[in-house]
Amino acid sequence: MSPSRKKRISYFLVSAVVVLILGKFIFNSLQKNTIYFFSPTDLLLNSETPRGLIRVGGLVKRDSIQEKKSEAIYTFVVTDLKNDIYVEYKGILPNLFQEEKGVVVEGVLKDKKFLLGKTILAKHDENYMPPEVAEALKKSGKWNKKYDQ
Amino acid sequence: MFGLFQLKKIFQLNDNFFYWLKITFLSLIIFGLILSLVVSPKDYLQGDTVRIMYVHVPASWLALMIFAAMGISSIVTLVFKIRVFTIYTKSLAPIGFTFSLISIFTGSLWGQPTWGTFWTWDARLTSMLVLVFFYIFYILSWKFIKNFFVAEKYSSILAIIGLANLPIIKFSVEWWNTLHQPASIKLTESPAIHSSMLMPLLVMFLGFSIFVLFIFFIRYKIEILKLQESKLNKVLKK
Repeated sequence: MSPSRKKRISYFLVSAVVVLILGKFIFNSLQKNTIYFFSPTDLLLNSETPRGLIRVGGLVKRDSIQEKKSEAIYTFVVTDLKNDIYVEYKGILPNLFQEEKGVVVEGVLKDKKFLLGKTILAKHDENYMPPEVAEALKKSGKWNKKYDQ
Repeated sequence: MFGLFQLKKIFQLNDNFFYWLKITFLSLIIFGLILSLVVSPKDYLQGDTVRIMYVHVPASWLALMIFAAMGISSIVTLVFKIRVFTIYTKSLAPIGFTFSLISIFTGSLWGQPTWGTFWTWDARLTSMLVLVFFYIFYILSWKFIKNFFVAEKYSSILAIIGLANLPIIKFSVEWWNTLHQPASIKLTESPAIHSSMLMPLLVMFLGFSIFVLFIFFIRYKIEILKLQESKLNKVLKK
C-alpha cells in the first residue's frame, strides 16, 4: 500500500469516527430537547410526574414574585394562562426576568404544582421596539397582549 | 447560452467592476454601522444589547442562504455535469462557514445578558450547530480527497444531504418549544420589529451580501487559477 493511500485511509477512518460520535451526540440531545420545556398544562396532562432535571416554561404571573431577602430565595408562579406552577429559586435572577414575561425554569419537580428551580432563563420574544414606542403604545391602549409573552 | 457557464468567463470582469463592488460594500457597511450603533434606539426590554442583532441576523440569514445556494448548485453538478457549479459551491463554502460561526458567536454574546446563558441545547441552536458541521465536512471533503472528480462527487452529495437541515433550522422555532424567539420578520405578516430597527438591519444585510459577492469572485478566481496550476486541463475544458 502506498504511503499516500495509507494516509488517506487513516484520514477517512478518523473523520468517520468523529462523524459517528457527533451524530450520536446531536441525535441524543435533539431527542431530549425537541421538547425543550413543558408548560404547566403539559405537566398536569402527563400521567406520571417526570423525574430528574426538567424545564418548565410560561409567563411569570403578575404580582406573584416574592423574595426572602435574607437568603436570596425567590418564589413565583409560572403560568400558561390555563394552569399554574409554583416555583422556588435560590440565586441571581437574569435582567430580563419580569412579571408577565416569558421564562424557562430548569429544576426538579417536587410534585405537579411545585418546582425547585436550579437555573432560570429569561425567554425573549420576537418584538423589538424603542422604549418611547412601548410607552406610547401602553398609554394609547394599543399595547398588544402578545408583546407580554 | 452555454457561454455563460464557461469557467474562465470571470476573467472578463475588469478591475473597475471590483473597484465599485468594494466601494458599494464599504459605504453600505459604514452607513449600516452608523445606523445600528448610533442612530437606532435602544430596545424597550434589552437596552443596548439589541445592537448585536444587526450583525447576528444578517450573518445567520447569509449562512443559511449560502448553504441553500451550495446545495442547489451541487444538484446541478451531479445531474447536469456543468463544472462551473462545482466551483461555485467550492468557492462559497468558506464564506458560509465564516458567517455561520459569526452567527453562533454573536448569538451567544447576546444570550448571556438576555437569557442568562451562553449556550443551550434547544432545537434552533442545535440545528444551527449541525449546519456549522456540514460546512466543516464539506470543506474537509475537498481537503482529504485528492482526486478532483471523486471529491466533486462526494462533496456534492454532502451539500445535498445538508439541504435537509435548512428547513429544520428555519422552522425549529415554530415546530418545537425553543428558548430562541420566533422570527420577527416574516414574508406573510408585518414585521414585529419597529421600523427604526428594521432599517439598519436591512442596510447591514445588503452590505454583508455585497461583501459575500466580492469575496465569492475572489475565491472563484483563485479556484480557477489553482486548477490551471495543477494542470487539470481536462476539467477546465469541460
